[in-house]
Amino acid sequence: MFMILSLVGMAALFLLLEAYFIAILQILVYAGAVMVLFLFIIMLIDVEKTSKRMPDRITLVASLVGFGLLVFGCMYLFIDGDAQPLEAVKPLPEGATTDNVPFATASRSLGYLLFTKYMLPFQVTGFLLLIAMIGVIVVSKKISASGDAESERPKRA
Amino acid sequence: MTVGLNAFLIVSGLLFTIGFFGVLLRRNTLVIYMCLELMLNAVNLALVGFSRYNNNLDGSVFVFFIITVAAAEVAVGLAIIVALYRRRQTVMVDQLSAMRD
Repeated sequence: MFMILSLVGMAALFLLLEAYFIAILQILVYAGAVMVLFLFIIMLIDVEKTSKRMPDRITLVASLVGFGLLVFGCMYLFIDGDAQPLEAVKPLPEGATTDNVPFATASRSLGYLLFTKYMLPFQVTGFLLLIAMIGVIVVSKKISASGDAESERPKRA
Repeated sequence: MTVGLNAFLIVSGLLFTIGFFGVLLRRNTLVIYMCLELMLNAVNLALVGFSRYNNNLDGSVFVFFIITVAAAEVAVGLAIIVALYRRRQTVMVDQLSAMRD
């Protein structure tokens, strides 16, 4: 599937940007967890063939407006980028020598930042994961527990 | 390495465009979810690019949080899609038009 290719390619771009921790995280989370979830759901739900119907008018109008905005943004990027050229600055993070690859220091400073400046968002994120887990359990358990009662409703309708 | 910031921003904009039009034009809820993930990834790429070229790690931390929230969102959203499929026997958005009127 092309989505895995896209996600792994994005991880490679993160590697190119020297964000090694983010690249590993991308591989682990997206290619490991999210794609497995998607594949399970695709196996569970028989995906019928996509209908080649024309989109309705409001979708077309929204597409044109979005396309215009994107073209405007790209023009702005090109013009403004030509005005002040961005050279590829490549400074190592402080405390890193040339033979000491910045892998350890970058992830160390990332962790330092994560546990000092962003301590509260970090804990809120953990709590959010807990809430998401509980929510998924509730959503999937309510259907299966009362599945007998609710499976008659679509037949009646 | 002579790759400028603009190249990364253009790739990010292209990915965001693909995801945007996928969300607008596709009918299948699963494909719409995948395109949503693609848009989140494009924003992640732009954030890491800015963080790299400004020599500032705050963008990478922000990407970390975005990836976490995206994982939670995918789990909840796919559970909702499965529940919807069990209730309605379809995942096509043009047949899920209960709130249209």
